[in-house]
Amino acid sequence: MTTPVLDVRGLAYAYPDGHQALYGVDLHVHRGERVALLGPNGAGKTTLVLHLNGIHTAGAGSVSVSGLPVTKENLAEVRRRVGIVFQDPDDQLFMGSVRADVGFGPANLGVRGAELDRRVMAALEQVGMADYADRPPHHLSFGQRRRVAVATVLVMEPEVLVLDEPSSNLDPASRRELADILRSLDVTVLMVTHDLPYALELCPRSVVLHDGTVVADGATYDVLTDDDLMRRHRLELPFGFDPRGLGRGAGW
Amino acid sequence: MGAGHGHTLHFHGHSAVHRAPAHLKIVALVAFMVVVVATPREWFAAYAGFLVVLLGVVALSRVPPTYLLKRMVVEVPFVLFALLLPFVAHGERVEVLGVSVSGPGLLAAWALLAKGTLGVLASLTLAATTEPQALLRGLERLRLPSLLVQIMGFMIRYLEVVTTELQRMRVARESRGFSARNPRHWPVLARSMGSLFIRSYERGERVHLAMLSRGYTGTMPR
Repeated sequence: MTTPVLDVRGLAYAYPDGHQALYGVDLHVHRGERVALLGPNGAGKTTLVLHLNGIHTAGAGSVSVSGLPVTKENLAEVRRRVGIVFQDPDDQLFMGSVRADVGFGPANLGVRGAELDRRVMAALEQVGMADYADRPPHHLSFGQRRRVAVATVLVMEPEVLVLDEPSSNLDPASRRELADILRSLDVTVLMVTHDLPYALELCPRSVVLHDGTVVADGATYDVLTDDDLMRRHRLELPFGFDPRGLGRGAGW
Repeated sequence: MGAGHGHTLHFHGHSAVHRAPAHLKIVALVAFMVVVVATPREWFAAYAGFLVVLLGVVALSRVPPTYLLKRMVVEVPFVLFALLLPFVAHGERVEVLGVSVSGPGLLAAWALLAKGTLGVLASLTLAATTEPQALLRGLERLRLPSLLVQIMGFMIRYLEVVTTELQRMRVARESRGFSARNPRHWPVLARSMGSLFIRSYERGERVHLAMLSRGYTGTMPR
């Protein structure tokens, strides 16, 4: 078996205030996979995500990215390998122009000049935002900002793209455009979401996190059609949506 | 939003004033202001000279005078104070249009008005002809500590985010039948400001996380 891109073993974590958020999480994601991370609010999804690039340090257990353990010495490389797109693009886009924002990550890695420009434009090209390079981010629509946020991470040429609620607050057309973009990328994806149809559409595999432990890990279709599992872990399909009607292997 | 990109003070254009390097414009503004402030208030002709120079720059920049004039309302509180001065100040009284006013007060009012107006107009001209990002780069070239420049950059970036948040909070308050009409309502406003502060603080933390996630180590790349 090849080294997994994400290798989380027995990860436990308690916040400084004593609140225990993760109780021994195991998660392996292999190259090229698209995995949905599902679970109710407060399940520990965001806490897990913040371990993947070393914002939080494991209380117990370990996290490695393509074989590289997430430790203080490796932080710079880990943060290049794991690209996190946060939920609110206004948190992610903090520079004065789209170009500067997308360039922020690679510039921190020491990329300069023409090479920086080439990579910035290539990343913007991938999300269809090349024409907006010199606009200030706050003058873009929400969907455009979300796409630029994805570009700010793609530009680092990450090994895994981690998306926190990528479809939240998007209108249906922007939501579909983002799905098209994500499908067109040749990159491993871990997607935290409450949008179960989106998970089914994009991710062949789903992992369910509840109360700080992984309670299910399997084909998204199987997870979503397991009524008992869904009920136990506060997961619900939107009204009128039935994966069975689509059949196994729909989407992706 | 003023002129497509930039902010509400910026007036898009391609004049010589627009194209001049930002750091030179900043130095020119500061030098101009120092000279204006240092000029004794009795040298009326000098002030006329300053105004001519400033209007010359405005004309060169091709920013419509009405555009600048409208934005000069920020000066109004100072104007009110200046107008009060001749009536409240002590010293010998003089007659102006049949009203007895204080002579030193009148002179102080003139100085405040003249220096204030020149300062506001000069600053507005700089703001109208320079993109905020260029201003920041200019300050950086002038060796302003990079931390200060970063803070200013974030302020420009998030000003709009915070004001929209404030707007939304106001709409939400008013939708529940509240409007601040008298001082008894002020505690509610104070709590709103408090929660806005906490929200902004939390946003600051999220932004910091996002920066760390992209390899931020404490200095802005340039």
